[in-house]
Amino acid sequence: MHWLGSPPNFYRFAGALRPWLMAVALASAAVGLYGGLVLAPPDYQQGDAYRIIFIHVPSAWMSLFIYATMAVAGLIALVWRVKLAEVIAMECAPTGAAFTLITLLTGSLWGKPMWGTWWTWDARLTSELVLFFLYLGVIGLYTAFEDRRRGARAASLLALVGIVNLPIIHYSVQWWNTLHQGTTVDFLDPARSSIAPAMLWPLLVMALATHLYFFASLLGRTRTGLLSLESGKQWVRVLVDGQPAQTTGAPT
Amino acid sequence: MVTAIHPLADSTPVAATTRPRSPGTLRACAALLRRDFMLAWRRRGELFLPLLYAVIVTALFPFALGPDPELLARIAGGVLLVIVVLAMLPALEAMFRADLEDGTLEQWLLAPQPLALLALTRVIAHWLTTVLPLIIVMPLLGALLNLPVKVLPVLIAALLLATPLLVLLGSVLSALTAGARRSGILLALMLLPLAVPVVIFAAGAIAAAQSGMPYLAPLTWLAAALVLAIVLAPLACAAALRIAVET
Repeated sequence: MHWLGSPPNFYRFAGALRPWLMAVALASAAVGLYGGLVLAPPDYQQGDAYRIIFIHVPSAWMSLFIYATMAVAGLIALVWRVKLAEVIAMECAPTGAAFTLITLLTGSLWGKPMWGTWWTWDARLTSELVLFFLYLGVIGLYTAFEDRRRGARAASLLALVGIVNLPIIHYSVQWWNTLHQGTTVDFLDPARSSIAPAMLWPLLVMALATHLYFFASLLGRTRTGLLSLESGKQWVRVLVDGQPAQTTGAPT
Repeated sequence: MVTAIHPLADSTPVAATTRPRSPGTLRACAALLRRDFMLAWRRRGELFLPLLYAVIVTALFPFALGPDPELLARIAGGVLLVIVVLAMLPALEAMFRADLEDGTLEQWLLAPQPLALLALTRVIAHWLTTVLPLIIVMPLLGALLNLPVKVLPVLIAALLLATPLLVLLGSVLSALTAGARRSGILLALMLLPLAVPVVIFAAGAIAAAQSGMPYLAPLTWLAAALVLAIVLAPLACAAALRIAVET
């Protein structure tokens, strides 16, 4: 891991790994979507409208998973001051915000025919909206600094403050108002899951696809982030010019 | 001249044989508190700005919603809560900015006293100078919006618990944005998610009092959160201040 912590090594490693992850992600997304949209039977109550869960639910899982990833990377960035962790934490935020937005939009599309309204102040919807604002706060704080490393550290601390608050926000809005349907997939106790196997496997394949896509895109974003952060460094010049820049000799 | 209001300068003479000792933590905090009060007093005109803002916004509501006393009585509690939160925002942003610009924060970091305690002292001074006046005028604002008399004590109790909590959370965010190029709306964007539980519980107590239900449970939740924040927020604030000062 020590070897991977150095930006040029990580750049090469990520570049080698990324196409494979992306390929598997796209393939499993194709399988998951086919299984979900074509093979899975319609719901006895919601008809075909339920099929949005194959996008909605994996996105909702990702919105939380990416926030946790960002907070862990942020913690590493703050405690051990690893430059790579700063870049990773900050590159998580836009993808996480995008997944949160997808969750909100698809939920809203589903809510119109099912609940009769685009938006309601239900606990889960509100939590997700608050999560979206947390992401926006992290992105906003990061871009508000001249010095990108300082911005990354400040935004990492904000992400950590957010993750301490996230359970509090979640339970307080639950106490406040609940309308959203309960959990239908229970990983700890499969007997309690109330989802048909024919609907479950496409969902899990889609979850796999979104995770792999996130990792692939994170690797790509981190590569770009490292390049722009280290743009004055020797290894980037070698990469761009194909040869080491002249470090000795008379200034031109 | 400058040292007269410097928080950590110790003016007591020390014996020539001993090394100069720094003041104890409590004395440093007291000096800091005294300095913040003095600065607030010398710019006392600024202290009225949040009050003015609250009065203006309160006066706008009857114009927008119509002067129906029953409608106003029903929404007064929640409206006043939101007005207080909004009126706190501009002052929160400036909590550490001046100290960062004139180098006082660097002295905080160098001081032998724990940075978290100095930050907590600043939070207390900030709350006393900018937020407490807002709570004091609550009876007046409540009268403007026809707030039921039985709800007023609950509103004030909820504000007494919720506003210190918000200032503690805000101190972390204010320290984070102190070194940033621009903040303004950014602070509001960052505070909104963290303020959601605070507003929910404060509003819960107000709504319960309004409908004659027991209102103690949300208030005790607020108190528990406040105790937790008093312990944790200054530590996070100290970490944020370190990020703001280091170059």
